[in-house]
Amino acid sequence: MIFLPMNIAFFSIFLLLLAAALAFLFNRNQKFLIGVCFSMTTIASLLMVAAGGWAVGKGITNQVILPMGLPDLLFHLRLDPLSGFFLTVIGLLSFFVSIYSLGYVKGFLGHRSVTSLIIFYCLFLAGMFMVVLADDALFFLISWEVMAAASYFLVMFEDEKIENRRAAFLYIIVAHVGAIAILLSFGVMAGLATGFQGFSGYTFDAMRATNFPLGWATAAFLLAFFGFAAKAGVIPLHVWLPEAHPVAPSNVSALMSGVMLKTAIYGIVRVTFDLIGVFPWWWGAIVLIFGLVSAVMGVLYALMQHDLKRLLAYHSVENIGIILIGIGLAMIFTSYQMPLLAALALTAGLFHTMNHAMFKGLLFMGAGAVLHATRERNMEEMGGLIHKMPWTAAFFLIGCISISALPPFNGFVSEWLTFQAFLLSPSLPSPLLNLLIPMGAALLALTGALAAACFVKAFGVTFLGHWRGPHKPDVHEAGWTMRIGMMLSALTCLALGVLPTVFIDWMDVLSEQLVGAKIATSATGIGWMWLTPIAHERAAYSGPIVFAGIMAIVVIAYILLHARPAAIKRVPIWDCGFEKITQRMQYNATSFSMPIRRIFGFLFSIKEQVRLVSQYGHRAFPKKLHYHLRIRDLFWGWLYKPVVDASFWISRKVGRLQQGKIHVYLIYSFVTIIVLLVFLR
Amino acid sequence: MNTSLAANINSFLAAMVLLTAFGMLVQRRMYGLIHLFAWQGFFLSISTAIVGFVAGAHHLYISSILTLSLKVILLPYILHILIQRLKIHKEVETIVNVPMTMMIGIALVIFSYHLTAPVRELSTLMTRSTLAVALATVLLGLLMMITRRHAVTQIIGFLAMENGLFFAATSATYGMPLVVELGVALDILIAAFIFGIFFFHIHTTFDSLDVDQMARLKEED
Repeated sequence: MIFLPMNIAFFSIFLLLLAAALAFLFNRNQKFLIGVCFSMTTIASLLMVAAGGWAVGKGITNQVILPMGLPDLLFHLRLDPLSGFFLTVIGLLSFFVSIYSLGYVKGFLGHRSVTSLIIFYCLFLAGMFMVVLADDALFFLISWEVMAAASYFLVMFEDEKIENRRAAFLYIIVAHVGAIAILLSFGVMAGLATGFQGFSGYTFDAMRATNFPLGWATAAFLLAFFGFAAKAGVIPLHVWLPEAHPVAPSNVSALMSGVMLKTAIYGIVRVTFDLIGVFPWWWGAIVLIFGLVSAVMGVLYALMQHDLKRLLAYHSVENIGIILIGIGLAMIFTSYQMPLLAALALTAGLFHTMNHAMFKGLLFMGAGAVLHATRERNMEEMGGLIHKMPWTAAFFLIGCISISALPPFNGFVSEWLTFQAFLLSPSLPSPLLNLLIPMGAALLALTGALAAACFVKAFGVTFLGHWRGPHKPDVHEAGWTMRIGMMLSALTCLALGVLPTVFIDWMDVLSEQLVGAKIATSATGIGWMWLTPIAHERAAYSGPIVFAGIMAIVVIAYILLHARPAAIKRVPIWDCGFEKITQRMQYNATSFSMPIRRIFGFLFSIKEQVRLVSQYGHRAFPKKLHYHLRIRDLFWGWLYKPVVDASFWISRKVGRLQQGKIHVYLIYSFVTIIVLLVFLR
Repeated sequence: MNTSLAANINSFLAAMVLLTAFGMLVQRRMYGLIHLFAWQGFFLSISTAIVGFVAGAHHLYISSILTLSLKVILLPYILHILIQRLKIHKEVETIVNVPMTMMIGIALVIFSYHLTAPVRELSTLMTRSTLAVALATVLLGLLMMITRRHAVTQIIGFLAMENGLFFAATSATYGMPLVVELGVALDILIAAFIFGIFFFHIHTTFDSLDVDQMARLKEED
């Protein structure tokens, strides 16, 4: 049969590689290249959505062995519902982002060649798709490295800036440390699957068929979790994320943050639920704790940022944390043989994966449009953009509402499901967990509130008020392709929020395969209108009714305001009741986050300086006040600096071996031979 | 020729190989070194021929002829020319003094005998007693490379090591298959050419063939 999901996926990857080759060949005509190549990636992404959606919807599993690879190590591919789900997530966002890129990348024309951007963009997409499709350790790691290397070059795109080079360097180091851990994890599993004599254990099928002893399985899990956590940006391995995401081109940041981090989630789910299969409860507890820490710390760090894209990058840390909370809970429930609750938690986690891809992609695209228009990333310099960029502002607002988990958008549904999983945890047969898990729910609630505060700040400071910068640039609305890209993802956010039951029905086959229970029969128990996990008398949410209610309130408010002409009065904006306030005196990002900085100050390394510049050198005659605030990650000093220092120290010591004299090297070999002969004869 | 006589002759030749190896270790003059190397190759080739004759392994004749032509005639000739072209007539400088080198060399020979003792007991070949000598020749070649600082002597040390390996192959298993033998011979020839080219380059770059000069290539920190 020719027409299979797998074949569509092949064709899509082929199209991506073809686009990369085209970009390589037709380097000359840049404008033509942008049009053709991004159209091709758009089609390829859409095909991937079709392949993935089909595989999930019908619960199909396709397996293929490619006649490629190393001798005896052929490439195995598999498209099962789990891969299909992630293909859909990746494909959908890359579809939107590819449309957006048609307009966005044109902004580079005239400054620099975009050929490398296009080539690595295509390879990056192909790498992500292949990671999800891989069914053996070798092909998985090759794809993983293709993805990492391509994204490295994308971060490096504007390589004349030092911050890009620094961020890319940090990124490639963390990516490789993570990849080594993943490699070792697969090595442990492959070795246990068939022993260390042959290579046949490298397929995922062999690993699936093996029952690992607990000690080795734990080693494999911890290595894999470490490796994937480095990619996902779980605290404390997140440092590369707020460096790399802001400096990459915005369409790339959207993809990196929206979907590349999700490949790590895919890896964690694949290794724990599928390859290892049986695990003790404390694995789940580890994932849960890291998820909680990432969620809370991520949002707190995000609140302190005034660089729009950096703020969004820290929010990715937060949302990865929320996804991991769902997965961790699912693991705990699975280990206690509670498949229904596990299915609920897993669905919550995976649903949030989808949602985060959509709204984070949308927000990064919005940030890209702002950056494109103002050439500015610092929120302290922006303001009042809603007048110049009404469309972008509206879409960005939708993204903000979604990420703040407010109904009727999608973020609410998945966080609500996560809360349901939390609230059902008292049925666990372990008093310790019953005591500790509700605290996790409290932390998640805190995260949600702080995220909302953060996006009030992000939206308010960027789009409302007056322009804060010294000279106002000529701001223009984003082009129509960029607007279409943003609009489609905004509509998806809305659709997922209003009709979650349809989506959960579709993805239910996943939880059935991974944890052995469906929630759709209970979740949509009383029709597609109501989402009722477990039982409808316990908790129910109806997206359509909430949406209709909110729309009704909005319409009534609009009518009431516009019925009487006098109801709306225009006054100077943001003057807080004072008169003649200048633009520099507006409420800004730093002042907005000040209360939270005071409360949670112990979690950051804050350096605050106030310096008085006075006339005649005396304080009695003040002239100017300089305020300097520097907030840094604590983890950098705690964790990374010691490691970096230690590795430099060790390499200096090891460097002594290199005398540069040929005799010394010969003596090394001579001594080695003698020692080997003495001890191993 | 009966086997015991052949074994005796072979042992004698092995002793000569070892002697030349020691000779090379202490020889200070460049030309003397090359002559000693040629002699070592000569003893090796005769020994190979005798082993081939007694054991009935006729491909060893070819090996023997190859050794004779390569290691006794061609390579010493190339090295000779090289020395003349590069005008290296001065005495070879050593890093470690000669008595010390000799002591280490003797220790290595004893060590080799100790090492091959189990093999001697298990093996039934008539050449089994020479295996220790072969191993000692390898180690002495390496020692020579370590103790000399001139690039040409290092190459001779390397070639002496190869001699030792060849000798080990004949004494342990009556020689490697002919194909391997041919391949090794070709490698040696190519290596000699490459070394020759490198010497010219090193000479023109550093104006010397003292390998210590190459320490300047090291990365500074």
